[in-house]
Amino acid sequence: MYVKAWIGAILFALCSVAQAGPQIEQWQTHNGARVYLVAAPELPMVDVRVVFDAGSARDGGKSGLAALTNGLLDDGAKTADGELNADQIAERFADLGAQFGTAADRDMASVSLRSLTKPDLLQPALQAVAAILTQPSFPQNGFEREQSRVLTHLQAQEQSPGEIAGKTFFKAVYGEHPYATQALGNPDSIKQLTRDDLIAHHNRYYVAHNAVVAIVGAVTRKEAETIAETLVDKLPEGEPSPKLSKVHDLDASSTIEIPHPSAQTHILVGQPGISRDDPDYFPLVVGNHILGGNGLVARLAEEIREKRGLSYSTYSYFQPMREPGPYTLGLQTRNEQTSEALKVLRDTLKDYVEHGPTAAELKAAKQNITGGFALRIDSNANLLDYLALIGFYQLPLDYLDSYNRKVEQVTLEQIRDAFKRRIKPEQMVTVIVGGGAQPNQN
Amino acid sequence: MPGFFLIILLCAAWTAAASPAEVREFKLDNGLKLIVKEDHRAPVVVSQVWYKVGSSYEHSGITGLSHVLEHMMFKGTRKHGPNEASRIISANGGQENAFTGRDYTAYYQQLEKSRLPVSFELEADRMRNLLLKQDEFVKEVQVVMEERRLRTDDDPESLTYEHFAATAFHNGPYQNPVIGWMGDLENMTLADLKQWYKTWYAPNNATVVVVGDVQPDEVFALAKKYFGPLKPSKLMPLKPRHEVEQKGLRRAVVKAPAELPYLLMGYQTPSLTASQGADGEPYALEVLSGILSGGNSARLAKHLVREERIAASAGAGYNLYSRAPDLFMLEGTPAQGRSVAELEQALRDQIKRLQDEPVSEAELARIKAQVVASKVYEQDSTFGQAMQIGTLVTVGLDWRLQDSYLDRINAVTAEQIQQAARKYLIDDHLTVAVLEPLPLDPNKKPRGASDGHLGGGNVR
Repeated sequence: MYVKAWIGAILFALCSVAQAGPQIEQWQTHNGARVYLVAAPELPMVDVRVVFDAGSARDGGKSGLAALTNGLLDDGAKTADGELNADQIAERFADLGAQFGTAADRDMASVSLRSLTKPDLLQPALQAVAAILTQPSFPQNGFEREQSRVLTHLQAQEQSPGEIAGKTFFKAVYGEHPYATQALGNPDSIKQLTRDDLIAHHNRYYVAHNAVVAIVGAVTRKEAETIAETLVDKLPEGEPSPKLSKVHDLDASSTIEIPHPSAQTHILVGQPGISRDDPDYFPLVVGNHILGGNGLVARLAEEIREKRGLSYSTYSYFQPMREPGPYTLGLQTRNEQTSEALKVLRDTLKDYVEHGPTAAELKAAKQNITGGFALRIDSNANLLDYLALIGFYQLPLDYLDSYNRKVEQVTLEQIRDAFKRRIKPEQMVTVIVGGGAQPNQN
Repeated sequence: MPGFFLIILLCAAWTAAASPAEVREFKLDNGLKLIVKEDHRAPVVVSQVWYKVGSSYEHSGITGLSHVLEHMMFKGTRKHGPNEASRIISANGGQENAFTGRDYTAYYQQLEKSRLPVSFELEADRMRNLLLKQDEFVKEVQVVMEERRLRTDDDPESLTYEHFAATAFHNGPYQNPVIGWMGDLENMTLADLKQWYKTWYAPNNATVVVVGDVQPDEVFALAKKYFGPLKPSKLMPLKPRHEVEQKGLRRAVVKAPAELPYLLMGYQTPSLTASQGADGEPYALEVLSGILSGGNSARLAKHLVREERIAASAGAGYNLYSRAPDLFMLEGTPAQGRSVAELEQALRDQIKRLQDEPVSEAELARIKAQVVASKVYEQDSTFGQAMQIGTLVTVGLDWRLQDSYLDRINAVTAEQIQQAARKYLIDDHLTVAVLEPLPLDPNKKPRGASDGHLGGGNVR
């Protein structure tokens, strides 16, 4: 086996010359923001994303603060030619044919711009983004409106058994850790937020030493340098966000059942998983590909959907984050079949942890992952996602180039060993949401 | 996942692709169409096989048949066992899936460019040689029912849309849901599927669209090799089933366990396919939908969400490329403390404004600037480019329409928009559906405006 893997690695090393990933350039702006560039000269457009370590893990007990701050950035900003309100900002981007967006999850808070590269379109768009990032005005009326819209969004979650299950799962897996709460927050915390909270959050976290700029498009290194400086020039240097607290392993199994008047029951099972720099990253990710990561070809889909018709969608996945993100297995099934489906899910997991994959399964998984390498970086949009990830988590610049090699190097033994050490079917959280209409007691 | 069902409901208004790259069209002797677009940015290829069949080809009693057949297309031929094709694509580093819409059923693979023959071999095989077996069908129809519960029965907004469409269309082909009514799924038989497969799955009812790092003539040679030997079928002409003209406003109420009300409105409108609407009208409606909801600067976001704070969210949508006459859609969720009636009135006021006054030159210019840019942005996705071509051909339009899209949009005037609003967005052709939330827990009191959870000090 050792020899086979070794030969595979050699063969792969030869292949990977032909499959060399994109050339990534990296530097810092004058105030210390890290910049990552992939030049893609084919289309006259550019994608830019500025990412801050300012996701909801930085809520500081005020759940929903990071996401609301991020979402309100484009509600008003001071520019060189005066203050722009929400309408004017939206019109500015639309008039230029530019697309602007904001996003926040537990780790990251970001703004993104897609623009044509014609200077008379790109420059004003960049100026607007710079103003939004550095001098947002967080107007009181906009704050109140967005606060109220978040409450509506939270209500919408309550009518979705899948959303309820997801929220409950994180809470149970993460306990007191900042990852326990969702980025959107909860109604009580949202109502207590003030405009001053947003300003303080922005001042602390939207700083150059906490920022990564990712650029993909038809620009030269020199043009990209100007783009990056334009965007973050006025950001104070500031301090990087502090290290997050440690995620604790679960020490016992728990089951949470939440009644919901749905036709289906949603089941989530899992535990803390891996961080982006986890030493077991490749054995676990490749191993999971076989168990539940490769769509209908994976074991869970085979056992639950293909053999038994129990669920439309069943899966397992790692969500690697700054600190260990969750390992999640899930399915939905009509209420009457809940115990049967849960049993198949647990048995499949248990069997996999005990015995690991077969050699044939590992071979097929490697073929899928490495053979699909070109697909993962076939558009500017995909490249931008990877670049932001590499920058934010400070992954090596050859991350894409070496990815296939690292997948090829994974052995059956490493997968078995990593799953046995790290995945604990006897110490997992199980969340069950559903059951159907409750009997009316009135 | 096979079974990803797609109905283009409130999609972004601007979706036509640019095509500065060369597009080549070929036809095989058996009637199969092949359209190839070169995109050499990355060593990848997307291959899609589009069939002219979908829920709009079905009728009462057999709804959902096209979509269940799409699922069964993964269940094996004489040559390849159940799911074996998926395993082969996977082992070739590929991604695959399929989707069923109202006007089409399509299958696709995304692969490293040298693997295109793998895709053609498997697609050609299941185009004519599908084994429809009872034991696989019994399991798979259960999977589809789970999909229906997931996507429709347990999603109150989706459920509302289903009842809305059934109210808005009386005899037209868009009356029934793509996934099918549960009763029809429960009573579907293997014989139904065999008949449907025999009727529609033939090379002369299919279009293969390939976009990627390929040479068109080589793709044509491959297509001849794999699809060429397939026998064509005698296709029955599709009956038009014209939707009757609506004779007055229709309303539907959907009561379901939910937290939030939801509003859907739709006006009978023409689409671009032959003989629907006078010249330019569909394009005027397309621009009109952009004026209302083409991004954060458009009227619904500006007035209803930000200025008046009546809507938590609101959108408009129009599908230029429907095979049959369709609806101009409006939808929204009221803001905290506002009612669905207020939201409906506000949306109607927006329609009235479009009828009463021409849109400003600034708004028109803004829409056009977005369209010009999006024609470049769309080229970043090979999949999106293939989708555009496949959709046009499968609804019976010329794929070259995407080349004239920009010119047609640029030609739209404020007067044409106003005329289209006056002609089509009228009460007698309007259907309104409202989701009325029932308590999620019947033992709790229904939520009302006085409920502290809803109200909050920050809401008027």
